[in-house]
Amino acid sequence: MDKPLLRVDDLKVHFPIKKGFFGKTSGVVHAVDGVSFKLKKGETLGIVGESGCGKTTAGLAAMHLIRPSNGHVFWKGEDIGKMSPRKLRALRQKMQLIFQDPYSSLNPRMTIRQIINDPMDIHRVFTGKERKDRLNFLLDTVGLSPNAADRYPHEFSGGQRQRIGIARALALDPTLIIGDEPVSALDVSIQAQIINLLIRLKQSFDLSMIIISHDLAVVEYICDRIIVMYLGKIVESSDFSSLYANPRHPYTQTLLSAIPVPDPEKKTQRIILKGDLPSPINPPSGCRFHTRCPQRMAICETLEPEMKRFGSGHTAACHLYEN
Amino acid sequence: MTTRAGLHILSIQELKTYFYSHQGVARAVDGVSFDLNQGEVLGVVGESGCGKSVTAQSIMQLVPDPPGKIVGGKILFHGKNLLDLPPKEFRKIRGSGIAMIFQEPMTSLNPVFTIGDQISEMFRIHKGFGKKQALSSAVEMLGRVQIPSPSKRVNEFPHQLSGGMRQRVMIAMALSCDPEILIADEPTTALDVTVQAQILDLMQTLKQEYNTAIQLITHDLGVIAEMTDRVVVMYAGQVVEEALTLDLFKNTLHPYTRCLLQSIPVLGKRTLNDRRELTEIKGMIPSLTDLPKGCRFNNRCPDTMDICRKQAPKLMGDGSGHKVRCWLHDRSQNHG
Repeated sequence: MDKPLLRVDDLKVHFPIKKGFFGKTSGVVHAVDGVSFKLKKGETLGIVGESGCGKTTAGLAAMHLIRPSNGHVFWKGEDIGKMSPRKLRALRQKMQLIFQDPYSSLNPRMTIRQIINDPMDIHRVFTGKERKDRLNFLLDTVGLSPNAADRYPHEFSGGQRQRIGIARALALDPTLIIGDEPVSALDVSIQAQIINLLIRLKQSFDLSMIIISHDLAVVEYICDRIIVMYLGKIVESSDFSSLYANPRHPYTQTLLSAIPVPDPEKKTQRIILKGDLPSPINPPSGCRFHTRCPQRMAICETLEPEMKRFGSGHTAACHLYEN
Repeated sequence: MTTRAGLHILSIQELKTYFYSHQGVARAVDGVSFDLNQGEVLGVVGESGCGKSVTAQSIMQLVPDPPGKIVGGKILFHGKNLLDLPPKEFRKIRGSGIAMIFQEPMTSLNPVFTIGDQISEMFRIHKGFGKKQALSSAVEMLGRVQIPSPSKRVNEFPHQLSGGMRQRVMIAMALSCDPEILIADEPTTALDVTVQAQILDLMQTLKQEYNTAIQLITHDLGVIAEMTDRVVVMYAGQVVEEALTLDLFKNTLHPYTRCLLQSIPVLGKRTLNDRRELTEIKGMIPSLTDLPKGCRFNNRCPDTMDICRKQAPKLMGDGSGHKVRCWLHDRSQNHG
């Protein structure tokens, strides 16, 4: 298998801002602005960045849940954008989502049985006698008892609801799971349960995963490869160990230094950024990070840096490393 | 305890705050005691529902009543029990003696007043300043919390500011009357990490400048490690461990604290072939209306003994200031 499972090529998602009675477009939000990455089968890819960097939009556009304004997404070499609706729908079985908020992503009027059966009903799989076994198997896999099936979401705690969401995502036997902040809403002790569950599931079902999160520690723990995004662009991408050991982009360095470490003896020197995230409606010229970068040079304001390679699979877009 | 009594500016003793509902009585804070010393940063850490925020709200007397009620205990501020003060007297302390900042800066600022109005209100009420003087003091406070071009910003409304800026405004408001105690309830939880770093940095600078004692409530053990001098760990409405921060991390006594520390992924700890499985705390946080008998952690604890299911342990100190509520560390009793 030499083709990657998923290849995203120069993906752009622009949201027009409509104003006034006639809906005149007065501006464009550059949510995702030229993102490319590959996902190999069995790999876990992490996308990190702060709020508004476009990580969720990139994830959704990769599944064509949001139509990208530009760029292509290839599933095993085939362009998803050119697929017929029927074919795309069939493909959706293979890619499933886990959402951040386990409170709003489950319909409160449906029982757990209905919630987990729903995707199987839609795609007409595991019908008839198989269905009951499938449901019990799924509940067991995520660590819930079979009698959970006839209860409603409000009867469960946050961690258990997230397990239900995961069971629903697994129902169609997917190849790829995209988790959008799957553990952010959970308490620390519950977060560990879900992280361990995701890692176990990945191994036993031979899944590929994309984990979107703002929490670098969580992403580093789960993922094989990590992409760091800033204002709609990838600034650095690397495997998990070399990103932490040798961060190249000043933004990655800042992000890593900003995370409080639970060890009172280790006093890290925090890099404190000035100012706030610029608006994605009018992103800064040149390197998008130049307005806040502690190592800014003259060239950064005018010329956009290109992705530069640093050994195997580690790339970063920064002028500091030109020639 | 009595030897250091002079240092305490705030002393909470056996505080009990209950919520009365149709499902029963939720004992959100159930016999919590701790002291806050002059100029220190005290961390209060715990998961949702452990009572850390309700403790803070009880100190400020902001518990919604009904359904909540402070049913017992004392809150001593300079030796005076705040719970005995008439509301009018307490209002003078709230804001000027003890101030508080909240987690969600958007919901705690009033959207229909400019931030200048909201900060000057502090000066007008507590210090009796006139309109003009209050506004210029507000501009000065905005400068102190490092908001760029404060004289322009003072006329803006909360929705015109970013999350980090709003939290700065909250801090400016809280510090405007030079309080002796600042209670910060999850001040950075709603913020991005780089902005969190800015706010934590600002709090540290201001703490040195004003010599304010800070009670920092958070669920993030990383923030605890970086910011605090002493920590109180809470679980299901009770203090389960109290220690100097360094001591808590190096010489963890309570199984809950230990599990909590082992359950978080730490940056840079993972190597290519070694992914230490995160410790899970089995089960979930007990409902406050239906607490387990004996030790409240007994059904999730990896070290449960017989006695834990029968009798509740007390919070015991070894004399060095490290206190723990656990039968494993109770030397007064012989239990096998």
